[in-house]
Amino acid sequence: MTEECELFECGHRACGGCGPALAARLIMKGTGENTIIVASTGCMEVFSTPYPETAWGVPWIHSLFENAAAVASGIEASLKKQGRDEHVVCICGDGATFDIGMLCISGAFERGHDITYICYDNEAYMNTGIQRSGATPYDADTTTSPAGKCSTGNQRPKKDLPAILAAHGATYVATASIAYPNDLIKKVQRAVSTHGPNYIQVHAPCATGWGFDGSQTMAVGRLAVETGLWVNYEMMNGEVERVRKVAHRKPVDDYLSVQKRFRHLYRPGRNEEEIAKIQAIADANARKFGVDLNVKKEE
Amino acid sequence: MMEILEGSHAVAEAVRLCRPQVVAAYPITPQTHIVEALASMVADCKLDAEYICVESEFSALSACLGASAAGSRVYSATTSQGLALMFEVCFNVAGMRQPVIMTIANRALGAPLNIWNDQQDSISLRDSGWLQFYAEDNQEATDLHFIAYKVAEDHRILLPAMVCFDGFILTHTYEPVDMPSQEAIDAFLPPYKPVTILDAKKPMSLGMYATPDYYMEFRYETDQAQKRAKEVFAEVGAEFAAKFGRDYSGLVEGYRLEDADMAFIALGSICGTVREAIDEMRAEGKKVGLLKIRSFRPFPSEEIRATLSGVSKVAVLDKNISLGQKGAVALEVRDALYGSGIDVKGYILALGGRDVRQADIKAIADLLEKGEGDQFFGLRTEVL
Ligand SMILES: Cc1ncc(C[n+]2csc(CCOP(=O)(O)OP(=O)(O)O)c2C)c(N)n1
Ligand code: SF4
Repeated sequence: MTEECELFECGHRACGGCGPALAARLIMKGTGENTIIVASTGCMEVFSTPYPETAWGVPWIHSLFENAAAVASGIEASLKKQGRDEHVVCICGDGATFDIGMLCISGAFERGHDITYICYDNEAYMNTGIQRSGATPYDADTTTSPAGKCSTGNQRPKKDLPAILAAHGATYVATASIAYPNDLIKKVQRAVSTHGPNYIQVHAPCATGWGFDGSQTMAVGRLAVETGLWVNYEMMNGEVERVRKVAHRKPVDDYLSVQKRFRHLYRPGRNEEEIAKIQAIADANARKFGVDLNVKKEE
Repeated sequence: MMEILEGSHAVAEAVRLCRPQVVAAYPITPQTHIVEALASMVADCKLDAEYICVESEFSALSACLGASAAGSRVYSATTSQGLALMFEVCFNVAGMRQPVIMTIANRALGAPLNIWNDQQDSISLRDSGWLQFYAEDNQEATDLHFIAYKVAEDHRILLPAMVCFDGFILTHTYEPVDMPSQEAIDAFLPPYKPVTILDAKKPMSLGMYATPDYYMEFRYETDQAQKRAKEVFAEVGAEFAAKFGRDYSGLVEGYRLEDADMAFIALGSICGTVREAIDEMRAEGKKVGLLKIRSFRPFPSEEIRATLSGVSKVAVLDKNISLGQKGAVALEVRDALYGSGIDVKGYILALGGRDVRQADIKAIADLLEKGEGDQFFGLRTEVL
């Protein structure tokens, strides 16, 4: 066993090149061992804890798909009452976070529990076989938003959950990507050492669900940032504080064309109209967060 | 000390004496007075607990699960739609063997919307793994909380428990209640000592997924714990009787059954009405008695068989119905008495808060004598 995999052990059953598994390993480096993890139902729970084995070197609890934030609220209250000071950290998929878990998350954030909620965002329900979630990007092909003769895939943009949780009064909100490991670790460290409800959304490419080779996870993750389709930023008390800049933003094609979930945009021919719409999403992101280096943020 | 208290406030006071460290609950009629009373106890420093003002019952029980898993004694209360919203978490709490105590102020389930009493809510969760105790009056509702914590937290058991008492009929009724002192309860109910907890110094995983190779054994062990709870309940009930003079050692309790040839079986507050009716019928020369079921889970099959051995006819009063079948209690009693030759008839009554009077109990006795049963009682056929 190498030192790196101490808290999220080397042994687990994720697919080769699984972004969420990498996220777990990096997150644990940020939390340290004085941590209790609360998980939701999904890929990570299944690949890391088949009874009687576990990949977790810290106390870990899974209850249901939708109630991690509420379970964490109870744990936090219980620790407070006992005068204990472990970090309480939820690690949940985007389905658990954006969709079915919203009630519990909203409640926990509004109540101001001292917890860090981390969503590993692989942009669909992977555990049940690649169905769309509120985090699935525009035009992605999933089994419940399939591309077909009359459809170009998922027809809604990604829900802006960081903004929603910032509006709940979250102290610290950040987005991160497994492709920028040190940045992710630092953000986790910052979150667990900041009092109050904190949220981090980690872009975590899923080789299986997105359709790329497992050796390309980091490259795909980086392309999302380099095209502006994913923006790494930090918010403190509702204000954007820091944004990862991009020197020469790449066209969205570079990101889309390497994934099967966007294959329909290139076959039989290039779907100019749809690709332009996705480019517009990237451009809007870049404008909103001032991603482009040397370009002034629009007023 | 004897006090005149509203049922809900008696329960809240009992819960306070049990010293829960975390309380998470969401208001719903007719449970509301309990959580309001607990909130003000916390606000007045009369109860040293974390009170989590959750946004729903779903989070209430989820928070209790987390708090319990982290090592605290916890409490919640709900009823009806609130309990229905907790359904998924109920199975989870029991499967994870957390001794959460929850009061159920029994109420009908919609639709149609109805806030009044029946027992459909808790009965519908009979297969979840929770222990279920039913109180006849507010003294019993009070005392069952002390007993429930002690049974649930016993290391032979480690299961959650519902203490059920009838909405409005008990929750909103003022009755004299003998409230034990804090010292006496502290001596009876020591602080919660969990077996394993979430603790960074001793990492372990809880609530993992189990394949077909293991799942069944978890259900088996939970079932075994339920069955052991009979003995533990009797033990704890006897200890309570020795200390406080009120005897809850029986999972069932008989009334005038010694020479009876006909018996009623019921749960909860209706037993009071049945007792009165029995006294009247006895005066008229009818040999009737009552068997009250105090513990519906675990179900006291052997106790029922033993207690009813001299009886030839039984009327089971169900404030619930398994639609398309019969009342749940009647079905279980029939199973318990299978092969005994005792004639068991079920009567569905009092759904959605419809009143039941002594005269109704006597009418049911007449139906039973004629062999007419397994039916709704008190239906208003003119509105059908
Ligand atoms: C109440 C409920 N509904 C549906 C499911 C089935 N289910 C299990 S995991 C899952 C999707 C998980 O998606 P996500 O949170 O994105 O995590 P991922 O699998 O992608 O890691 C679903 C739909 C469930 N377990 N519980
Ligand atoms: S399906 Fe995706 S998220 Fe799930 S284990 Fe495989 S790579 Fe990881």
